[in-house]
Amino acid sequence: MFASLITKILDVVILLMMPPLLPGIINRVKAWFAGRKGPPLLQTYFDLRRLIGKQSVISSATTWVFPAGPFIVLGMVVTAGLLMPLGPAQAPIHFEGDLILLVYLLGAARFFTALAAMDTGSSFEGMGAAREIAFAVIAEPALFMVLLVLVTAGWQSSGVSAVHSAAGGLSGYLSLSTLLLPSAHAVVSGRMQAALILSAVALFIILLAECGRIPVDDPNTHLELTMRHEVMILDNSGRLLAAQTYASSMKLLILSALLVHLLLPRNAGLTDLSVGAWILCLLGMVLTVGIVGIVESFMARLRLKLIPMLLASAFLLGGFAFLLLIG
Amino acid sequence: MNRIVSAFPAFTAIGVGRSIPFASVVRSDIAAFQRTLADAMTRGCRLVSLFAMPEPNAPAEMPLTAVAILADDFGSLLYAGRTSIADSYPSMAADFPQVQLFERELAEQCGIIVTGHPWLKPVRFAPRLYSGPDHPSTAPSVCGDMEFYQVKGAEVHEVAVGPVHAGVIEPGHFRFQCHGENIFHLEISLGYQHRGVERAMIGASPARAFSFAQTLCGDTTIGHTTAYCQIIEALSDCRKSARAQSLRGIALELERLANHVGDLGAISGDVGFLPTASFCGRLRGEFLNMTAMLCGNRFGRDMLRPGGVQFDLDRQLTDQLQHRLEKSAAEARQAIELMWNSPSTMARLDDTGRLDPLDAAQLGVVGPMARACNLPRDARHDHPTGIFRFVHIPPATWATGDVFARAFVRWLEIRRSTEFIAGQLAGLPEGDTCSALSALAPDHLAVTLVEGWRGEICHVACTDSAGRLFRYKVVDPSFHNWPAVGMALRGQEISDFPLCNKSFNLSYCGHDL
Repeated sequence: MFASLITKILDVVILLMMPPLLPGIINRVKAWFAGRKGPPLLQTYFDLRRLIGKQSVISSATTWVFPAGPFIVLGMVVTAGLLMPLGPAQAPIHFEGDLILLVYLLGAARFFTALAAMDTGSSFEGMGAAREIAFAVIAEPALFMVLLVLVTAGWQSSGVSAVHSAAGGLSGYLSLSTLLLPSAHAVVSGRMQAALILSAVALFIILLAECGRIPVDDPNTHLELTMRHEVMILDNSGRLLAAQTYASSMKLLILSALLVHLLLPRNAGLTDLSVGAWILCLLGMVLTVGIVGIVESFMARLRLKLIPMLLASAFLLGGFAFLLLIG
Repeated sequence: MNRIVSAFPAFTAIGVGRSIPFASVVRSDIAAFQRTLADAMTRGCRLVSLFAMPEPNAPAEMPLTAVAILADDFGSLLYAGRTSIADSYPSMAADFPQVQLFERELAEQCGIIVTGHPWLKPVRFAPRLYSGPDHPSTAPSVCGDMEFYQVKGAEVHEVAVGPVHAGVIEPGHFRFQCHGENIFHLEISLGYQHRGVERAMIGASPARAFSFAQTLCGDTTIGHTTAYCQIIEALSDCRKSARAQSLRGIALELERLANHVGDLGAISGDVGFLPTASFCGRLRGEFLNMTAMLCGNRFGRDMLRPGGVQFDLDRQLTDQLQHRLEKSAAEARQAIELMWNSPSTMARLDDTGRLDPLDAAQLGVVGPMARACNLPRDARHDHPTGIFRFVHIPPATWATGDVFARAFVRWLEIRRSTEFIAGQLAGLPEGDTCSALSALAPDHLAVTLVEGWRGEICHVACTDSAGRLFRYKVVDPSFHNWPAVGMALRGQEISDFPLCNKSFNLSYCGHDL
């Protein structure tokens, strides 16, 4: 009981403290490949502290939606983070069906970012919002496809017979905390491993799109006309910008944690509370964002019109993984 | 000076970098003047300059005189003609798009009534240089306050960018008519950088005029200063030493190297391909530092002077330059080839922002942008001056006219310029660096063309009876090329605009003067 309480506290602390580290890692990886020294690893923390100390400049053309937007987004994304088990322990909040809530919390956060962007009346931000929503239309089903693979894998590995499952359906397997725990997978087949790896690739593409990284979006560009995520938060300053910056790094944490869980070795003797499992999970997240940095170092941005195809390919990969499981 | 027979009776032939008495420039009435212009442009000549001024040594009530300079690229000749504009100037822009900006400039600078122009608007929102019969639609107003071409419709949206941009770049306003992500039309409004250089050049002392010429366009210091020096030398009939000409050539090509390498890095950065962007950013500095080795300034300020150059190269410095050029050129090759070998970058450059060769020819596009559309226009080749009369750099062309072509032509030019500089450094001619100048010839017209890194720079000067600068006309390559940016963007995605714009990399201050 005591140990599990400590784990819970540790989980929440890591969840709240770790996100700004991830963009720092990406930037360091990129700097290393470019032969530069790069910004400090903790730069995003410094930025957040600086932004929180600053006043927000709010355009007189906006309504209450604009200043409220970033904080609603922050609330949504942090709640989504609380549903995501980071390490080998259960998430701080978990219940049947939380994985669907997670996707829709992220969706609602996107909605409010777009709404706040459109509230400024700027043509740039309107374009950014249009791009974000258009891509989300494809990215969201792809994310569900990945989750479907996860749920099916969890259901199959629990050893429940087909007859039983016909009666109960998938209920009991719709909580991330149940599905992702290493001990949840009693029976693991090679086919299931392959499906999970395939869906991890799909999830990586979704992560690049959702977090606005190259090849989908260029987080470093100053060119308003080509941006997607950055252009939507162009008018934010001070605490509003801090909320958005923190929320987007939290999103990166959530998706990289999910990715790590998909690839975590099953049946490797990891128990729910072992220190080794924790380290493995955290290292996995660092490694994931490191790979994001490597992709950014070696790839150009895609032409805007090709991005839907990339996202559709993520959906298809998820679909193939699903077929592999049930076939 | 021996006379050259003109192919066009209403125009006088003139060699590039030469001067002729102003009185010998054929004067014709507007009809004959325009007929000759039309005839010459139909036969492939380009209008390189068109401007108006009061007739030198004439009473104040005389109407303004328009002077046109045509370039025959195949015959390596320039033609000058003049006409006096009593009341109005009928526009030729509908038939010859390359004149449209010149005519708008005439209307704005001199208040000339240009009739029948399809889209007569201010160019720079500048105050009048000379007072003419005023035209209300071209009266100077607040910069940027003008009517933009609009596409109507429920699904069409308008995007206004600038003059304040998110990056550290010069000011300019871009107005897009878009349908979703697609651009129907782009209109560009400049003038925010107008400094009144042409006005300041009138009657300026040689020292002042020289320093204005050096700052016409900061990144083309050598190009514009070379043109200015050639004008002064033509007017004072000065012969430069071979060594001075060679050093000028080296400085001009170093400027090209620095800017082309920087541009390739910037194009790569705009598509988010970091390796080339990072390397080229540093290498641009290396090439600028080589210019600094020549004259102590990274942009070549005070490298040149009328009559020759101000700085000589000794043996040791030459060796050092050769060594550094070799090293940086090899590094640039590696960095730039990374880009050609990256499929994601090539997919981005290919077929983006295609400029139709026919449009390019009609708009009178010059420089690497023209050569990327398979138009082999290169003043170093077509109208050689200085060292380029003796050492030839073949024009680099590519046929596709897209962002890739503009990038690739730059790369070809980097290699050829490197070879040229290496060759010059290996066999630098002996001689003085600077020759003495006499006073400027009175009542003369001098014209020169210099191929700067952006393209053809045209300077024209007229002196008055006291041998002072009476009119000094500068045409930066950007002046010819800005309208082409709008054409290249039609039917493109708006998210590709920054990339296309970067592939042109035109000057704002060179246009606004």
